[in-house]
Amino acid sequence: MKIVACVKQVPDTTEVKIDEKTGTLIREGVPSIINPFDQFAVELAIKLKEEHGGEVSVISMGPPQAKAVLTKSLALGADKAVLLSDRKFAGADTLATAYTLALAIEKLGDFDLVLCGLQAIDGDTAQVGPEMAQRLKIPQITYAENVVFEDNKFIVDKLTESGLEKLQVKPPALVAVITPSDFVPGNPPFSKIMKAKKKPLDTWTADDLGGDPERFGLNGSPTWVKRVYSPPRKEKGEILTDPPEEVAKRLVEILAKEGFL
Amino acid sequence: MIEVDAEKCSGCKKCVKVCPYGAVTMADKLAVIGDECNLCGACEQNCPEGAITIQRKKVEIDESKFKDVWVVAEIAENKLKNVTLELLGKGRELADELGQTLCAVLIGKDVKSYTKVLGEYGADKIYLAENDLLEFYNTDSYNMIISGMILQFNPNIVLFGATHVGRDLAPRIASNLELGLTADCTGLSIDEGRLLQTRPAFGGNVMADILSHTRPQMATVRPNVMKKLESPTDKVPEIVEVSVNVDPRGMRTKVLERTEISGVGAVKIDEADVIIAGGRGLGSKENLKLLQDLADELGGVLGASRVIVDEQWLPKSQQIGQSGITVSPKLYIGAGISGAIQHLVGMKSSDTIIVINKDPNAPIFEVAKIGVVGDLTQVIPALIEAIKAHKAAQ
Ligand SMILES: Cc1cc2nc3c(=O)[nH]c(=O)nc-3n(C[C@H](O)[C@H](O)[C@H](O)COP(=O)(O)OP(=O)(O)OC[C@H]3O[C@@H](n4cnc5c(N)ncnc54)[C@H](O)[C@@H]3O)c2cc1C
Repeated sequence: MKIVACVKQVPDTTEVKIDEKTGTLIREGVPSIINPFDQFAVELAIKLKEEHGGEVSVISMGPPQAKAVLTKSLALGADKAVLLSDRKFAGADTLATAYTLALAIEKLGDFDLVLCGLQAIDGDTAQVGPEMAQRLKIPQITYAENVVFEDNKFIVDKLTESGLEKLQVKPPALVAVITPSDFVPGNPPFSKIMKAKKKPLDTWTADDLGGDPERFGLNGSPTWVKRVYSPPRKEKGEILTDPPEEVAKRLVEILAKEGFL
Repeated sequence: MIEVDAEKCSGCKKCVKVCPYGAVTMADKLAVIGDECNLCGACEQNCPEGAITIQRKKVEIDESKFKDVWVVAEIAENKLKNVTLELLGKGRELADELGQTLCAVLIGKDVKSYTKVLGEYGADKIYLAENDLLEFYNTDSYNMIISGMILQFNPNIVLFGATHVGRDLAPRIASNLELGLTADCTGLSIDEGRLLQTRPAFGGNVMADILSHTRPQMATVRPNVMKKLESPTDKVPEIVEVSVNVDPRGMRTKVLERTEISGVGAVKIDEADVIIAGGRGLGSKENLKLLQDLADELGGVLGASRVIVDEQWLPKSQQIGQSGITVSPKLYIGAGISGAIQHLVGMKSSDTIIVINKDPNAPIFEVAKIGVVGDLTQVIPALIEAIKAHKAAQ
């Protein structure tokens, strides 16, 4: 089984702080990590490979530093990796990103499954997976918590707003995953990371991909950011530290005033 | 693509501060843009000297070809989703400002009866596609039908709820028709005739205003953010029946099994007005009873942090946050929840936020309107008593 997993390097948004004075993001010291949903995608790909044989390729579009998430994926057990890196890719919105990733997937050759995280924690759009699937003309399943392969079909557990669905799809397909509750991200030991450095890790540029240069990066992006700003800060809330009975009285006052009682 | 004019740059470092990607550094008192740059334009807008410019390609749009505001309706469990009505409320405003028609797109099996409510909540016109094979949402068939309608009728704006269905479908259509799409908007307005789409990014730490230079302009919109019409009208909408051929072979994913988690209480968490959420601080499953009693007094439903779901004290359908459900009820009460960013992104747009936590430094206090520093096992019973006393006195 040939599987391609897509990963993104993201700032650990849980570590991002806001400068109280200027209201801007403090990026200093914020570590870059593999997008948590993508790590599950990689580990699921590796599990499927271990069960059914085959090969896992991992691709990422990003600046040269993004190699780190590919090395980590290789250390987790992926077989080969490709970094898509070119100044021409900069400023890509989801459509241009999907275009670029889909070209790379096609260049890698035939595949049975594309796995990606539902969304990246820096942008949270959840658009790249379906946009890629459409471009590759393959079916998609999003919000997936697990994939198994039976009788030549993928069986996928999907989280819906009212419960769960078990879906079936024939390869090739794209599945966008969320992390299931019991997922513990693997942390490859140093020895594996050293070994992973011997696995193939290529860098492809826009020229390597071919395709229409007008559709990469900012030029290929139908959405433009007009303005980026910090959200209006909420007024500091009221803090109650009195004994429970006092607190309860005040809360009832507020709940009544706001019409909840 | 992006250039710094060395003559104009004063070395003030404003760009370094505003860059959300940490891509700008200073060398010899001159801004240098690094590889991490995503051309978001924050530095360009904030440079007091106008020293930074991004070259964008010029795009001409024939605006006259595209008319009307569309809302793609979503039905769940024999009811229109709240977010559909909310989108009609917002869509009404946008359509009126543009002097265009507000249309709903309604797809399904025997769904004509819903046209009445869509009209009452603002739709002037309804594009209706009915077929027995459309009873349940399917990415392929819905993509084909809505893409086809867009090509046939050329709307100016198409809005979807940012629900599991909307976020599966909208990007598929966007890619099919090569259109821009903005995810999870929390604000929409008209700016010089164009749709200005506002959305949070970086876990809600920054906001971005986004424009599309393709038509229709498409966005998914967060549930519970827009307001539906306060007093529904008795307007009868015009109905345009669109005939569709659905080939079951084109529906490549097949549902084998559907498990409805009935949730805790009759109202789904994403549509609830009052949510009482618990976290690890509950300490034991027994203490859920406290939350349930409070929820009963306030007519609310139970929500949870991920920890509670991992412990299987509450089903996944109640999980609030990044890998759960985004909620914005009128009242959110959180007890024993620390306020990890993954939880906060799922609830911080709630109207009134009350939190109870032992630890005065818990991050959840930062988004709270009322923060109670205390032990939930004491505060909640006291609160329930006080509510009962208040009700008895009335
Ligand atoms: C990829 C990813 C996705 C995630 N998605 C989600 C998500 O969707 N939703 C989500 O919620 N989390 C999510 N998480 C997990 C998140 O990071 C936190 O671990 C989680 O939200 C913490 O839950 P908690 O607040 O209940 O527990 P804790 O962080 O352990 O906080 C417990 C709090 O209870 C307080 N407390 C203890 N005892 C009492 C008492 N007697 N009275 C009052 N207060 C008390 C403590 O002071 C503490 O602040 C995700 C994490 C990752 C990595």
